[in-house]
Amino acid sequence: MSSTDISLHKDVHSGHDDHHDDHDHDQSFIEKYIFSQDHKIIAKQFLFAGIFWAIIGGTMSSLFRLQLGFPEATFTFLEPLLGKWVEGGKLNPEFYLALVTMHGTIMVFFVLTAGLSGTFSNFLIPLQIGARDMASGFMNMLSFWFFFIASVIMFYSIFLETGPAAGGWTVYPPLSALPQAISGSGAGMTMWLVSMALFIVSQLLGGVNYITTVINMRTRGLSMTKLPLTIWSFFLTAVLGLLAFPVLLSAALLLIFDRSFGTSFFLSDIYVAGEALTHTGGSPVLFQHLFWFLGHPEVYIVILPTFGIVSEIIATNARKPIFGYRAMIGSMLGIALLSFVVWAHHMFVSGMNPFLGSVFMFLTLIIAVPSAVKVFNWIATLWRGNINFTPAMLFSVAFVSLFISGGVTGIILGNSALDIQLHDTYFVVAHFHLVMGSAAFFGMFAGVYHWFPKMFGRMMEEKLGYLHFWITFIGVYLIFMPMHYIGIAGFPRRYYTWTGFDTFNKFMDMNTFITVAAIIAFAAQFFFLFNFFYSIFRGRRATENPWKSNTLEWTTPVNPGHGNWPGPLPVVYRWPYDYSKPGAPEDFIPQNVPFSQTQSSNLPHERDFE
Amino acid sequence: MEMMMNPEIQATQRRVNPLKFMLILMIVSIVMMFAAFTSAYIVRREEGNWLEFDLPNVLLINTVVLFLSSVFMQWAYVSAKRDNLKNLKIALILTIAAGFAFLAGQWQGWGELVQNNVFFGGSTANPSGSFLYVLTGVHAFHLITGLIFLIIVVISAFRYRVHSKNLARIELCNIYWHFLGALWIYLYVFLVLNH
Repeated sequence: MSSTDISLHKDVHSGHDDHHDDHDHDQSFIEKYIFSQDHKIIAKQFLFAGIFWAIIGGTMSSLFRLQLGFPEATFTFLEPLLGKWVEGGKLNPEFYLALVTMHGTIMVFFVLTAGLSGTFSNFLIPLQIGARDMASGFMNMLSFWFFFIASVIMFYSIFLETGPAAGGWTVYPPLSALPQAISGSGAGMTMWLVSMALFIVSQLLGGVNYITTVINMRTRGLSMTKLPLTIWSFFLTAVLGLLAFPVLLSAALLLIFDRSFGTSFFLSDIYVAGEALTHTGGSPVLFQHLFWFLGHPEVYIVILPTFGIVSEIIATNARKPIFGYRAMIGSMLGIALLSFVVWAHHMFVSGMNPFLGSVFMFLTLIIAVPSAVKVFNWIATLWRGNINFTPAMLFSVAFVSLFISGGVTGIILGNSALDIQLHDTYFVVAHFHLVMGSAAFFGMFAGVYHWFPKMFGRMMEEKLGYLHFWITFIGVYLIFMPMHYIGIAGFPRRYYTWTGFDTFNKFMDMNTFITVAAIIAFAAQFFFLFNFFYSIFRGRRATENPWKSNTLEWTTPVNPGHGNWPGPLPVVYRWPYDYSKPGAPEDFIPQNVPFSQTQSSNLPHERDFE
Repeated sequence: MEMMMNPEIQATQRRVNPLKFMLILMIVSIVMMFAAFTSAYIVRREEGNWLEFDLPNVLLINTVVLFLSSVFMQWAYVSAKRDNLKNLKIALILTIAAGFAFLAGQWQGWGELVQNNVFFGGSTANPSGSFLYVLTGVHAFHLITGLIFLIIVVISAFRYRVHSKNLARIELCNIYWHFLGALWIYLYVFLVLNH
């Protein structure tokens, strides 16, 4: 992984070294591109690491989809790749569970948390608030390297003889606590816990930095109510991470003690092969409480950054001010707050007190309100806009579509009574893959297409972008819409084989269909990968502000050097959404243009600032 | 980092000392960790099968010792503000001594628990005992990080780098140390109330 980073950065940057400040020249290669403290390099490191993990996670999903779609087939062609995990052309059932577990872990934590926040918070926060760098470049660097070590350990665990963790990404004990239960709960689970502990440290170091930078280092004139929505979303994401991840660390620590030090926090009265284990007095539901207290904010940690990215891209490409700027901030605050009081909706069928269940159901359904505010505002921003359908814009509009289709099923699942039927079926899988998985991926793609010119100084190829978009967009719906259907029929998730059940046999064709769609959609991602790497070296050269956008990052040179602005820092006079302002000669007015220069378009209350 | 020292940025951007702000955020995350532990404790206790035992007596003495170390720390901070470097050194060394005395006392507390057959793990362990070890252990771990911070401050104090014009380091140390003391008092009161 690191070797890719090195060669890429070298080639990308060698062409514009003359832009750099003097003190950059005495930095060695290693200081500049590997142990870099520059937020832009760290962002790219997170992006490359995220792409690496996304390929691994996507490949895993294709593998277990093969098993689900073609349960009777023999996969001898996979033997060179998987070795002893394929026996006589059949996927090993425990390996199937390990694949599902690692797919979840990798996608949720390593791609959509580290890859998404790590890339865009690092890249955009200093650039959009007019700062030279993060509050602490050193801690920022540590954040990446903790993530890197966590990645190495997680990656290594895939190659263990007993396999990686296999108890589901939620690692519920006792399954995850007892190596006798499943071979993945041996060394694989130990490495999972160690890796996640390091990952949490990385997230906390990063999050502390993001919050401090946004609070303390905004340029002159940039009040919190003039911030781009991207920064608001990154800020709230970091706050959620700061409050939620320590709780996961606590849960992981107790699980480590149960596994390796003989305590009984989560284990009680278990018989293995007729023999009672020595653990008594533990409570497995306690783990679920601790896990989901992180786990639920975690899904908002995944989706919030894309709220901001999408708001920014939609406003820019619709050439219209974002509709309801304050309502957007308010709804994000509301979602962030509510995300901490809904965790038990994951546990309706865990034996929890049903009265408590109805409280959590009520709170869960309230989340629909701020979410609907956001959707309404995005659609209202698009309404009668002068829309440029760039690939980034297409992904953003599709994000809204996915967020609606996935969100509506959230209202169904949030009902504790309906959840009795739907819990742990493919309906749940379809719900969260649309609303948080695919939607967050779409937001991430939108962000990469949109900010690629500022990251690498070149444009991505548009036609390949359209191809990538349409196959992915159609593919995602073809994969997940049928899943709702089999989910309502009660088809359970995480089952290696279902052909033994008469009830589910009739869904054979549908499962095959989903698998084919999944593999096509996954294959389409290679258009993106090719486009991404090709454009880094050979893409059309970008201008400073190719999308005619208002935010401060577009006032930097094409390849911003260390310190971001060659001269003094820009000063902010206005909000970031002055698009198509009546009376203005151009359809955009950047944030650093004073009102004295735009007298023709100033509104009555803005005349005071002239 | 050189950029950060640029007066242009200092004049326009620094509202709170960023390092102080970061420390407070880290304290928030430590608080969340202990909030998780103590609420897990309550939830688990409500479920029954909970071994009741007496807290080691030494914990009360430890609480007083740690409170005293916080007083010494404050004395050190005030001395640094007033450029009383002799008192500063004495107070800092007293703080560290009290910190180590607290750790030794906690260790003794664990010894007392083991003597009373309250174990961390193993077939006779009950979560009520294990929780006590986790709470005290994780707190002690953070206290050790605090002691390392204190030792760094002492070294710079002996090199005359802590005085009224250079308070940043000792100010952060002061905040962290008071936090660790307050955290322990919370844990102690929590344990007394739930025993």
